[in-house]
Amino acid sequence: MGTELRRITEGNHGVARLTPAPDNGGTFLGMPKFQKAVKTELELNVQRKNMRNATTTIRNKRALRVSESPDWEEVREAATEIKNRVSRHLDYYLEQAEKSLTAHGVHVHWARDGQEANQIVADIAKAKGVDEVVKIKSITTQETDLNEYLEEQGIAAWETDLAELIVQLGHDRPSHIVVPAIHRNRAEVREIFLREMKNYGRPAPEDVSENPPELANAARLHLREKFLRAKMAVSGANFVLADTGSLVIVESEGNGRMCLTLPDTLVSMVGIEKILPSFDDLEVFLKLLPRSATGERMNPYNSVWSGVTDGDGPQEQHVIFMDNGRTDVLADAVGREVLRCIRCASCINTCPVYERAGGHAYGSVYPGPIGISLTPQLRGVEDPVDRAMPYACSLCGACNEVCPVKIPFTDIILHLRHRVAQAEKADRFGADKEGTVERNLMKTAGWVLGDAKHFEKVQIATRGAGKVLKRPLGPIPVPIAERWLKYRDVEVPPTDTFRTWWKKNRQEGE
Amino acid sequence: MTTIPAAASSTATLDKPGGGMTVGLFITCINDVMFPQTGEAVVKILERLGCTVEFPRAQTCCGQMTTNSGYFEESIPAVKQYVKAFSGYDYVVAPSGSCTGAVREQHPMLARETGDTGFIREVDEVSQHLYDLPEFLIDILGVEDVGAYFPHRVTYHPSCHGRRFLKLGDKPARLLSHVKGMTLVPLPMEEQCCGFGGTFCIKNSDMSAAMAADKARHIRETDAEYVIAGDNSCLMNIGGVLSRQNSGVKAIHLAEILANTEED
Repeated sequence: MGTELRRITEGNHGVARLTPAPDNGGTFLGMPKFQKAVKTELELNVQRKNMRNATTTIRNKRALRVSESPDWEEVREAATEIKNRVSRHLDYYLEQAEKSLTAHGVHVHWARDGQEANQIVADIAKAKGVDEVVKIKSITTQETDLNEYLEEQGIAAWETDLAELIVQLGHDRPSHIVVPAIHRNRAEVREIFLREMKNYGRPAPEDVSENPPELANAARLHLREKFLRAKMAVSGANFVLADTGSLVIVESEGNGRMCLTLPDTLVSMVGIEKILPSFDDLEVFLKLLPRSATGERMNPYNSVWSGVTDGDGPQEQHVIFMDNGRTDVLADAVGREVLRCIRCASCINTCPVYERAGGHAYGSVYPGPIGISLTPQLRGVEDPVDRAMPYACSLCGACNEVCPVKIPFTDIILHLRHRVAQAEKADRFGADKEGTVERNLMKTAGWVLGDAKHFEKVQIATRGAGKVLKRPLGPIPVPIAERWLKYRDVEVPPTDTFRTWWKKNRQEGE
Repeated sequence: MTTIPAAASSTATLDKPGGGMTVGLFITCINDVMFPQTGEAVVKILERLGCTVEFPRAQTCCGQMTTNSGYFEESIPAVKQYVKAFSGYDYVVAPSGSCTGAVREQHPMLARETGDTGFIREVDEVSQHLYDLPEFLIDILGVEDVGAYFPHRVTYHPSCHGRRFLKLGDKPARLLSHVKGMTLVPLPMEEQCCGFGGTFCIKNSDMSAAMAADKARHIRETDAEYVIAGDNSCLMNIGGVLSRQNSGVKAIHLAEILANTEED
């Protein structure tokens, strides 16, 4: 093939790069917080329509698969218990996994954070003398922003999952953890392929249509030269089996297996919570995951890789076990339940807020209910982006119902709101104005609701307002009230409260 | 969640299943101030069914506004006040799935924040005697037909906390199925939240409005004259949008439908 890697400036903010630059380069922190970011997202009518269609389809497919599984609740319960056991004895299972992996010829590395994990990947690449890697879809490597790290080190990371390819070529960020290009439609995909593929490898055929098989074929041809060329592959893992030392990856396109066919070296970056005690546990999780994630009874490709085999597959394998905040999550008695997550995204697909916001507004690679429950635990609640996250939720509870490992999202979200409120109280200075107003409001609410006499005094005011104001109230520019009245009318309070009605009509009966 | 105590006393008759049972009414702050007619409707239904309704004046609010904003310490006074008002009642009824869920699920959690074991025990006990109106009518009184009449085309929005936290299931639908003269039309995408979410509608006002707009659109698709729900907070949100759109569709609480008879 002999293709030379080229540095491209076009579309990359004037910087010569090996791979397309995401428009929001670098870290998620520093992006606008959810409440602000969502204003822009809500205006994107095409995206809203794409999201509505896609989430409705996946929701319905999942519901169908669940309805044909009479033991669904028992399997959920089993998965919950298995994952709880892993959390309880995480140290034991991690060491067991390390022993099993090592016995199968796999190099095991430990990374305290994303920076360490990224560096281990780069060091391996440099030691092998490669300047490019092919990647199997991995959210963990997006959590650490591996691609951008490798780009800085002069190493090109090529996404080979179709949706990830669309995202990467589109200078975009994933907006979903299972279907990263959920916000795009076929016309947009065609336009991205035509514009970008030629800069980073084999161009898309000039006459490619919006027909999905044609688009998939363009991707196949574009990726083929990368598969054939690459000497190193990077993956995550859905599960790591402690007893057999196996990595389990489920996928839909076969690109994962392509990444194993030719590269000599495979590096897998895995969160420490991805452990399952034994091979037998797969009967539970391989039933739950595909049905919950894509509404399929089984994933098209289920791979179990158990170490190095002579003359077959990668001859050098590395597994990086990464903490990156997970032990902090484990230390939190309420928050730790989120570590059961198997990244199926059923909570995301059912979330009415996510459906309308899309994944970009959250400020994390993990959007939706899992994102707002996990990210502030991994990163802490110092940054305004992380502080806003637990509030990106109406507490409707739809996510609790569909989670295959029964994560009580709304309990954890409330718990995190408490953490944020505590942090806001601790910051006497530097918090935004809204925080100060809110703190005073909540303090007042505590006073009003803590004594019926106080409560009744406030009612004199609402009854007074009822006498003075005309009804209903339309849009009026009063701070805070304006946020409600911009979209909705409101009846002014009636001149009699229930309390006064009771006094007049029933009091004598007591 | 609590186990449901044994149903109505044996002295109950068919048309007075309440049999003189004493019921505390937890009106909830929003109904007290904004929707007194819903409280009046609950009193009317319960008295019609033979219950003796009491209204402890010490009551204020379930505390969701502060709890759901993360201000747990500020919510404790509301929990204490609830215990003060309703301690000793076997049955307390609220016309709200959301506030009922908050008392039954959040009050025990909040009590634990205090570390006061006596208070925790008290809250664990008192909080579990609260029922949302459909639960009380069906599970405790054992009635589905409350003698209501409402000659209109309506649709029903199952508000999230009633549906998911109280697991009301088809209880509201069973009550509505006996209302004479009424046509109940299914609501498309009924399971989706209306976007109220308490302080969510202020903190994330644009998102909340987008959700409410979709809910209103689905309601209009049914050609109903009224949209019914078991929570006036959701109805205030949905009704506010429907009113702004001059849709002509009115929002009304389930209790007001059930209270209405042919004599009215």
